[in-house]
Amino acid sequence: MKTVIIKYNAGNIRSVMFALDRLGVEGTVTDDVEEIRSADKVIFPGVGEASSAMRYLQERKLDQVITSLQQPVLGICLGMQLLCKHSEENDTKCLGIFDVEVRRFQSPVDNLLKIPQIGWNNITGLYSTMFEHVPENSYMYFVHSYYAALGPDTVATANYVINYSAALQKDNFYAVQFHPEKSATEGQKILDNFLKL
Amino acid sequence: MLTKRIIPCLDIKDGRTVKGVNFENIRDAGDPIELGALYAEQGADELVFLDITATNERRKTLSELVTRIAKHVNIPFTVGGGISSVEDVNVLLQSGADKISVNTSAFKRPELVDELAKEFGSQCVVLAIDTRFEDGDWYVYLNGGRVKTDIKAYDWAKEAVQRGAGEILLTSMNNDGTKQGFALDITGKLSQNLNVPVIASGGAGTMQHFMDVFENAQADAALAASIFHYKEIEIQALKTYLYQRGLNIRF
Repeated sequence: MKTVIIKYNAGNIRSVMFALDRLGVEGTVTDDVEEIRSADKVIFPGVGEASSAMRYLQERKLDQVITSLQQPVLGICLGMQLLCKHSEENDTKCLGIFDVEVRRFQSPVDNLLKIPQIGWNNITGLYSTMFEHVPENSYMYFVHSYYAALGPDTVATANYVINYSAALQKDNFYAVQFHPEKSATEGQKILDNFLKL
Repeated sequence: MLTKRIIPCLDIKDGRTVKGVNFENIRDAGDPIELGALYAEQGADELVFLDITATNERRKTLSELVTRIAKHVNIPFTVGGGISSVEDVNVLLQSGADKISVNTSAFKRPELVDELAKEFGSQCVVLAIDTRFEDGDWYVYLNGGRVKTDIKAYDWAKEAVQRGAGEILLTSMNNDGTKQGFALDITGKLSQNLNVPVIASGGAGTMQHFMDVFENAQADAALAASIFHYKEIEIQALKTYLYQRGLNIRF
């Protein structure tokens, strides 16, 4: 099995590689179109800013490659947000796999909301093969200032002032807002489930 | 709901943990990886590794250590100690650290915080402040608490957040090592007025102290070292205690 991690100008790629390593899987980090197309599994990670990430992908025609993939694809954090329709972060048009908006967390008037959300939050309404044997209300590690709204493709929900999509799935596209590679054994389980699809 | 975080801190010198203790479940308490992995298994929410090595070789030793930690530990971790440039941080993040913490170097050249936030994002920039209460207020101390400044901790924290710090790690020198509890007033002041998470440090002696700092000072996370290293408090028992008293805690 060939697992590819898409290389682009966003961080945390090393953490994903190490997590795969712990599962006994060797990941290849690449931005080569043919390598990505021929992979069995594609991971689209990311910690960074939406507009510069999209620009990077477009310059390398990776935007067209990603949206045309037929094999299982897993977007993580910014990778998930880029698979959505549009992000408020610098008003960025994204890849449009998921028909949802990415918005910035807003403090309610009576409460100081800490942004980014940093830490462990529970996920509910788990409805995807990637959550097999992952209990309802499992805690995952989140670091983000923007969130994907709820929509028809929402397969897990988290709450930080409002309910939002902790995970999305549509056809062969899977996506999580949290970092499974940093979410202890439950996070590892999700990666393992994805790799076994 | 976002949970309160419990963070053990490991001091590292020449690639080894300094305050080694006898743990039954590990072969080598001086090995940061074994100890870190054990804490992760026991339910630690994050780890902080503070490098106190003073040799010229430290940079290389540290990046190799960070890679080994990242390979074996499946929870987030922060690395601090002697970081003073964008390049230092780049090496550590590339090696697999999730966040870095800066202290004296950022105080001396505050633009470093802007540069790091711009280059790597606020989420990985932790500003550490050592503070002492004297003459009616909390002042910033540098160089591991050896050098006093006339700047108030709150003012520096506020400026650093504006410059892009994503979290504040606040250590009270008055409380550190006393086991009499965290500094609730200054922790509360920062936590209630800054829109980034505040990690309280210094003074933990009992489980109640953690409860106090979360409930009364609204700390987002609490850090401790020796009480975990010497097994005076076990992480799992602490988390159960806090959970039973109504806090949001991860199990």
